[in-house]
Amino acid sequence: MRPSPVRLLNILVPVKRAVDYAVKIRVNPQQTGIDTNVKHSMNPFDEIAVEEAVRLRERLKTAVKSIQAVTIGPSKSSETLRTALAMGADSAIHVELPDSSAAPEPLAVAKTLRAIIQRKQENSEPIDLVILGKQAIDDDLGLTGQMLAGLLGWPQATFASKLDLDLDKKSALVVREIDGGGEEIQCRLPLIVTTDLRYLLCNTEPRYASLPNIMKAKKKPIEKLTAADLGVDLTPQLEMLKVAEPPKRIGGGKVDSVDGLIAKLKEAGITAV
Amino acid sequence: MGKYKGASSTVLKPKTTHQVSEIVKWCHHRRIGIVPQGGNTGLVGGSVPLNNELILSLSNMNKVRSFDPVSGILVADAGCILQALTDYIAPHNHIMPLDLGAKGSCQIGGNVSTNAGGLRLLRYGSLHGSILGLEVVLPDGTVLDQLTTLRKDNTGYDLKQLFIGAEGTLGVVTGVSILTPAAPQASNNLILALPSFDNVLSLYQIVKRQLSEILSAFEFIDRTAYELAVRHNQGRALNDDDVQGAECFVLVETSGGKREHDEEKLTTLLETLLDADQPLINTGVLSQSPAQFSSLWALREGVTEAVSKEGKPYKYDISVPLSSFKRVVDGTREHLRSKGLLGEHAVKHVLGYGHVGDGNLHLNVVASEYTQEIQDALEPYIFEVVASHRGSISAEHGIGAMKTHALHYSKDAVSISLMKRIKEMFDPRGIMNPGKVIA
Repeated sequence: MRPSPVRLLNILVPVKRAVDYAVKIRVNPQQTGIDTNVKHSMNPFDEIAVEEAVRLRERLKTAVKSIQAVTIGPSKSSETLRTALAMGADSAIHVELPDSSAAPEPLAVAKTLRAIIQRKQENSEPIDLVILGKQAIDDDLGLTGQMLAGLLGWPQATFASKLDLDLDKKSALVVREIDGGGEEIQCRLPLIVTTDLRYLLCNTEPRYASLPNIMKAKKKPIEKLTAADLGVDLTPQLEMLKVAEPPKRIGGGKVDSVDGLIAKLKEAGITAV
Repeated sequence: MGKYKGASSTVLKPKTTHQVSEIVKWCHHRRIGIVPQGGNTGLVGGSVPLNNELILSLSNMNKVRSFDPVSGILVADAGCILQALTDYIAPHNHIMPLDLGAKGSCQIGGNVSTNAGGLRLLRYGSLHGSILGLEVVLPDGTVLDQLTTLRKDNTGYDLKQLFIGAEGTLGVVTGVSILTPAAPQASNNLILALPSFDNVLSLYQIVKRQLSEILSAFEFIDRTAYELAVRHNQGRALNDDDVQGAECFVLVETSGGKREHDEEKLTTLLETLLDADQPLINTGVLSQSPAQFSSLWALREGVTEAVSKEGKPYKYDISVPLSSFKRVVDGTREHLRSKGLLGEHAVKHVLGYGHVGDGNLHLNVVASEYTQEIQDALEPYIFEVVASHRGSISAEHGIGAMKTHALHYSKDAVSISLMKRIKEMFDPRGIMNPGKVIA
């Protein structure tokens, strides 16, 4: 059997625009959600995913043919794509939602990503690797990667802290975060990888966008699509009834003496055994 | 800094202006020296007793008296910590007109008494402008109540100005009325790497012209200072390759009312800088999130900490013309080399950083130990250099106990004699912060 020619790698990195983690979250007055009129930035887990894709290229050089960032969200989400492009992605896809529409749910997001991957397949630029954050810090659901793997029937390596590719064998060696340590697994490509925070400990932090790269990023192409173009329905299936802050913690008190303490304990209904 | 050590046995912590007045009255009567003390974060020993003076700590006077969210005028006790005031007015969308590394422990009364400068001076001006009124206990215990909240008041001599930067030698500041600006709605910052110091001036001109009213800081860090900060884990902004070709770095901050507007201006600026035929900058980074915004600032603010971790610092805070920043730093290094003091055995680094916008250079000499030999090599050398530029030997740190002997390098005989007469008139018994500023 003659060896199949080594095909160059196409990487897809889905990213999400989320309320910045440094911002203090407040419930909006209508109690329908949080106040979103605050600073947003790229979901930190996705930032790690972009960083890893760019590092793969730095390690594998020309073997990585393309790094594409994709986001689903309102017009402002394109800023998040620009950040990904400035960090080193080559091009981007923006599935644009009306500014007023509700945030899509993981299943809808996964179906949208599947549609994009299938489109790429048809245009003969098949995706070999999807790297995305293990969860977004706004809803903390942590489902999209797994659902996407399920829909595509691809292997998944979740909560990854280390990723090595063997292009000849078309396989990946991934270290996953599990309770009490790491688990090393081998997967074949194409593959879904979701990134965990430990990337930060194993490597240095995600890079700053350098000025020349920011300027270059402005010239990189962003393809705009709608849900209709992809034949997906992003309407949420869940209805948010009410969002409220957790009850305020009531602080403890000080007692002057042992007798005072005993009196308090008795008051609370605690007696000696 | 562990350079000064007092021998006082008593600290009093009054809670009201009346108590301060009673204490000062008693000390006046008994001729007991008083050192007013705020957060004790000063760098020139102004808040440290030289002998066994009574320490008058304002820490317990820490209440906000009033805040008017319409005019932005804040009236507070002198002992309020700067950060606490910042947090107090933040919900009203206002910020303090000054910000400095010690904000978590320095007190507003101390800021006023030392006329603290800091990182926002370029934008909001010095305290001589933003302080609207003061309440001061005079050296005989009388309370001078000038705690007005008027922006305009041309009725005779502006007495409060005398206490701003007097370092507690004319009285004890107990209350402060300060004008606070509206909080900017959008902030950005970037660090630029420059191939040569000579470019800093042209860069400053371009940045000032293009960013105009949104420019809020323009800070300079030389390569030595940058590398020290990186080595001592104060952050990392650029790739190692980008650091290699750079002689110095500049941190630019913008604060404006609308993010899109600011970003458009920044983009135009960056295009101008990067597309120029002879670029003034090698490269740079632009913060993409609040976290990155803070880490870029941490790098600049962390230079101070890095210097202390590296060794024993001799710190000079001078005002000299912008164009001579590098010459002063290099000159000092060469001077130390010619004395055979440069190397691991004595002086490890000579570095410069500071506020370009204010013409304020922090010249730091990091030695392995404090020695008389190094001290003698540095002084009066540096003071003479400053005097030759008609600069200031203390731009924002004050005179305190450290630089009283060198005051004449920045003030002529006429000025010093007038200062002495003012001191004599306010404090004939010499009980207020003795030995400081003018001795």
